[in-house]
Amino acid sequence: MAKTIELNIRRQDTPYSPPYWQRFSIPYRRGHNIVSALMVIREHPHTREGKRVDPVAWEFNCMEEVCGACSMMINGRPRQACSTLVDSLDQPIRLEPLSKFPVVRDLMVDRSKIFNDLKRVRAWIEIDGAWDIHEGAPRIAPETWRENYLFSRCMSCGCCLEACPEYAVEKDFVGPAALAAVRLMNNHPTGRYHRRQRLHAIMGDDGLSNCGNAQNCVRVCPKQIPLTTAIGELGRQTSLQLLRDLFGKSE
Amino acid sequence: MRRPRRVIVVGGGLGGLWSALRVAEAGYQVEIFSLFEVKRSHSVCAQGGINASIDTKGERDSVWQHIVDTLKGGAYLANQPPVKTLCEEAPGIIRTFERMGVTFSRTAEGLLDLRLFGGVKNRRTLFAGASTGQQLLYGVDQEIRRQEALGRVRKFEWWEFLSLVKDSQGICKGIVAMNLRTMDVKGFRADAVILATGGMGHVFGHRSTNSTNSTGSAACRAYQQGARFANCEFFQFHPTAMLGDDKTRLMSEAARGEGGRIWVPKNPGDQRKASRIPEQERYYFLEEWYPSYGNTVPRDLASRAIWKVVHEMGLGVGGEDKVYLDLTHLNPGFIEQRLHAILDIYRKFHGTDPVHEPMEIYPSAHYAMGGLWVDFEKDEASGGLKAGSPRNHATNLPGLYACGECDYGYHGANRLGANSLLSASFSGRVAGEAVASYLKGLEVGIEQVPEHFYTEEISRQQRINEELLKGGGGENPYTLHHELGEIMSGQVGVVRDNTTLKQAIDSLQGLAQRCQTVDLESSNSWSNQGLVYARQLQEMVHLGLVIASSALARDECRGAHYKPAFELTPPTDAYPGDPAYEVYRGKWKKQNQQWLKTTITEHATAGPRISFDQVDLSVLPPEEPRDYR
Repeated sequence: MAKTIELNIRRQDTPYSPPYWQRFSIPYRRGHNIVSALMVIREHPHTREGKRVDPVAWEFNCMEEVCGACSMMINGRPRQACSTLVDSLDQPIRLEPLSKFPVVRDLMVDRSKIFNDLKRVRAWIEIDGAWDIHEGAPRIAPETWRENYLFSRCMSCGCCLEACPEYAVEKDFVGPAALAAVRLMNNHPTGRYHRRQRLHAIMGDDGLSNCGNAQNCVRVCPKQIPLTTAIGELGRQTSLQLLRDLFGKSE
Repeated sequence: MRRPRRVIVVGGGLGGLWSALRVAEAGYQVEIFSLFEVKRSHSVCAQGGINASIDTKGERDSVWQHIVDTLKGGAYLANQPPVKTLCEEAPGIIRTFERMGVTFSRTAEGLLDLRLFGGVKNRRTLFAGASTGQQLLYGVDQEIRRQEALGRVRKFEWWEFLSLVKDSQGICKGIVAMNLRTMDVKGFRADAVILATGGMGHVFGHRSTNSTNSTGSAACRAYQQGARFANCEFFQFHPTAMLGDDKTRLMSEAARGEGGRIWVPKNPGDQRKASRIPEQERYYFLEEWYPSYGNTVPRDLASRAIWKVVHEMGLGVGGEDKVYLDLTHLNPGFIEQRLHAILDIYRKFHGTDPVHEPMEIYPSAHYAMGGLWVDFEKDEASGGLKAGSPRNHATNLPGLYACGECDYGYHGANRLGANSLLSASFSGRVAGEAVASYLKGLEVGIEQVPEHFYTEEISRQQRINEELLKGGGGENPYTLHHELGEIMSGQVGVVRDNTTLKQAIDSLQGLAQRCQTVDLESSNSWSNQGLVYARQLQEMVHLGLVIASSALARDECRGAHYKPAFELTPPTDAYPGDPAYEVYRGKWKKQNQQWLKTTITEHATAGPRISFDQVDLSVLPPEEPRDYR
């Protein structure tokens, strides 16, 4: 018998309809990743039993693990589908949408909460305007750069949030991704000026203190971002801020 | 009080977000439309860097040299005033990015670091680790998020641009777009529209390094409504892309730079693993054909050589379209250190280790130099762009602007490495400022545009959807896309000739017909990706026709457009001053008189209508042919 790739896919037609499972079987080909396998199903959308069905809907774009679009549960683990090779997986491969976000259709979810949370923690540098001020860039020690760069690679894919036991659609915990963004912004030479606002944004309810220290986030991050290190640093920053708030220091 | 003017930006990559930022900063309301969350745009894929002459490496690099390299690299086909200002303002763009929080890599003393890139002699390329494009986009994305929080910008993510809405005078007054979840088709009013919709690599099927959403559809829709395209025959093929069924992935030039060798088995039927093929049975064709440069010939020469060895000599590995890029002879520790990013991508996506097995690569569609035609206003005093002119980056349709890869400015017939992130950012900034000036001069607000212009366009778009959903024709849109890719990569690709191009145009016309009768057989009308794809496919076939027709019209070799029947080669062993070389220079100048012109394509029912337009050569007159000897 010819070799095949077997996939069990959890499907859902609309945000309001019940989920169901379908089994697909496609011809084996070396080098398939999950997105390219889904592309084969999209072109010939037949279940293993030969029933013609709607093509599976999912999200993808860059295919180089840098845009963060194709996150999904693959054999129970949140991953980027484009960089997950079929040969590295046990079959049948189980594909499910991320569970911490509302399903749009099939494997597509609505991750707008991630971006709202970035707004909530003010993850930006306040600049006067996007024009040249004719002043050279501030010097940054190579070591500081290296640490910051680790965090600046966060692509808002949502894997860490999926793995976090405290993060959920119906809860307001900002989650590790937004916290790491605060760490990054607070360490920028001028981003520091607005450290207080960012810290206050994560000091209240549903902020930093909701982290249960499960350390799942750092284990699933496809970019190996040291999220727990960021959370630890923020713990110190918020404690100091609390003292400043109490004793009325301006910064 | 008058309602604030409103601007629609379509596309949320570097170009789109920069333009949105500048419009918002000018005090106008901005709505950004994107197919997905803007942070996932294709700009993130650019790894290498962004050019700006800051001369911190003791090499006496200059802005003028950046201008010369860009113009010559583009075979003089770019209008020169915009290029001049692009290079002059590049350091300022970098300083702005830096303030936005972009993590540019630093030297030991904390300065911005620079690296060397293809086609130039000085270090001029700034970078942020191995993900420069991602870092730059995130910098602007953060600023846009801040504008959003301030209520000046609103995002419409998961919306697909379908068409422009024009008033009775043909002035662009909004768009019609489709919600990619509900599939609702709606009209949106705007005083001006900026298209920043990126590249069109997927016209070449999966043989493209572009993100899968880079279909060129939005630009093509504007084209069919009267916007002009320019220089569409110029498409950069990157010689060393890793193969894939889904898309190809770039293996940077550094692989060859650090000593990688390109070869094929001498016997095309050789079934052995690459590592088992003995040295004398390997054909190192680049080293044989270009003894002085060897494996490090420029991108276009490498692509053509690979094409020749596979298509004309039939020596592709295993009879397929691929050759080996071999690093296995190099010290593993050395390449691990120098080429870590490449090794990482190859291991991750191919599952084998280039340290032990040669990589399989092939040229792949990488960057569209051509795109929507845009205007500029020259500042006579400086010879560059006139700052804030409403003509800058305006298309020929009043009220419609374009920036980023979807426009045609800056790169002429070929693009220099690390100039794309620069042109995307700069053109976005200029377009945003131009639109702000345009709005100041606008007397009538959008509230006065009669509703029927919108409702009629909405109905037209809904009818297109209904026709496609009726289906029944039995064609599979995904299969048709493969066919499109085969035609474009095989017949309109790296090497071109007129007979083949004519065949390609015939095939594309047939394909265009078949795209009308796709079978979408979808019972579910929610988030119908098949419908979206089928519509994009029609536009891609259309773009294929534009590219092929433009290529057919240009009977010469220039930059990325290579038609060997019309090749002009410099005499061997003769240099400037030698009589033989001067004869060649004379022929080259004569060729420029005939062909140093912008190709303009206009939509017509019978097919693309081609004409030619003068190029502004006021900065650097073409006296010196490009010479890589």
